Amino acid sequence: MTLAKPLPPVDAQSRPYWEACNQGRLTLQRCDGCGHVQHYRRIVCTHCGTDKLTDVDASGAGTVRSFTVIRRAVSSAFDANVPYVVALIELAEGPTVMSNLIESPLEAIHIGAPVQLMFERRSEDINVPQFKLREGKS
Amino acid sequence: MGLRGSTAIIGAYDTKVGKIPDRSATALCVEAALGAIADAGLKLSDVDGLVTCNSMAQPYMYHAEAVAEYLGIRPRYCATAAAGGGATFTVLYQAALAIDAGICDTVVIAMADSLRSGLSREAAMIMQSSTGHAQYETPYGATVPGYYALIAQAYLHAYGAKPEHFASVAVSGRQHACLNPTAEMQKPINIEDVLASRLIADPLRLLDCSLVSDGGAAVVLTRADRASHQPHKPVYLLGAGEGRGHEHISQVASLIHSSAAQSGERAYAMARLKPADIDFAQVYDCFTPVVLIEMEDLGFCGNGEAGDFFLRGDGGPGGRLPINTHGGLLSHSHPGNPGSMFALTESVQQLRGGQGARQVKDANVGLVHAQGGILSSHCTVILGTEVAL
Repeated sequence: MTLAKPLPPVDAQSRPYWEACNQGRLTLQRCDGCGHVQHYRRIVCTHCGTDKLTDVDASGAGTVRSFTVIRRAVSSAFDANVPYVVALIELAEGPTVMSNLIESPLEAIHIGAPVQLMFERRSEDINVPQFKLREGKS
Repeated sequence: MGLRGSTAIIGAYDTKVGKIPDRSATALCVEAALGAIADAGLKLSDVDGLVTCNSMAQPYMYHAEAVAEYLGIRPRYCATAAAGGGATFTVLYQAALAIDAGICDTVVIAMADSLRSGLSREAAMIMQSSTGHAQYETPYGATVPGYYALIAQAYLHAYGAKPEHFASVAVSGRQHACLNPTAEMQKPINIEDVLASRLIADPLRLLDCSLVSDGGAAVVLTRADRASHQPHKPVYLLGAGEGRGHEHISQVASLIHSSAAQSGERAYAMARLKPADIDFAQVYDCFTPVVLIEMEDLGFCGNGEAGDFFLRGDGGPGGRLPINTHGGLLSHSHPGNPGSMFALTESVQQLRGGQGARQVKDANVGLVHAQGGILSSHCTVILGTEVAL
């Protein structure tokens, strides 16, 4: 039996984030007090401790901070994707997010490579942020 | 006087490791507890504290309490570690604090699981990879080797290190395992064997990854003034320290340094010792690159130099600082949450002495270090003989 790919268990604090993803926007939180930018969405600024935070759209630009090529899938849900890339993306705004690198030739991927945001629709409600290598820039 | 030298390990026991289909995870835990109590020359009724870790194959909501019930004891101090790795030494540290505070006198710390026989391969992989953040990591399908491969890749990039450096950690661990008849892996390997093993998550290959095993181990910790009339030489807890950074790897501050630096500093300070005073160390080796980062953060090697340390054989049997003298998670066994326990029982055996071909010469001080999560939560413990008090 093939398992379905996991969907994020959305909660009250993350709902606005996933709703924005559903509209094709990746949002970050910017602290109204100190200007710190963070991902993921929380009720506290991890830099100054205030709760005055505003959702802002990420530009979608970033670079590969690290990556791996998964040769043995975590479950049957990902068997058809093998080999697939899991990467840490450093966003232009500062925070790091995890992503796959899709539609990107394996041999062109390296630490520091520029990447661009895209989305993978996984269900009616869930649009998963994904990245691919920025063409002509690797 | 503080915690330094106020408690001692007087009992230690390992179950068989590998594939043990005829023992449930609970029975393995109980076997380990009873074995360590007998090794300490005590009776069940002498025990007033029990610490376990939860099992993936046979979990309980209250695990230590379930094991106490199974044993028919009513400990006054009872705690369950929810996870493995560094949490194993954290609960050892906390048990020592409980004894030092007079809450109890003699604590059994027993941990076991049957990751290999008690779960299907897919169930074991999914359960372990649930260490990832359910909303921001798990949807991308990373495996546990995949999470650690992100660290491995960053290490290669930062220092210009080579896969041979990772491989040398696996070779060193196997050399120790070949001297330890209880270790799961007994066949010698060389660098080429590691580099020829199949890629699991680039750049990590099969032999860069630890084992999946059944098994368990236990120790008995007691107040130092109760430790001297037992069958074996007491092994004193000299220092302990913890350090924490992130929990999820996408929130990590550095991919090539860890909170082992802080846990190590705190343990050295309590023990009033420095890295050069350590005779052997057991350094958490779930994947080969983790050992390099921990060796550097614990002050045994300069930044980017731990790979050469292992390539030279400095961590092998008879080396400058033998590392993972039982064979480690890479070559002795890795039953999941209880994995670090074997590093602890091995350290006790080394400090008692008489371990034959794998005995570290003049061993009086040993360091054990473990981490959990993905290079997240660290705990360092320094143990010593009476000479080191």
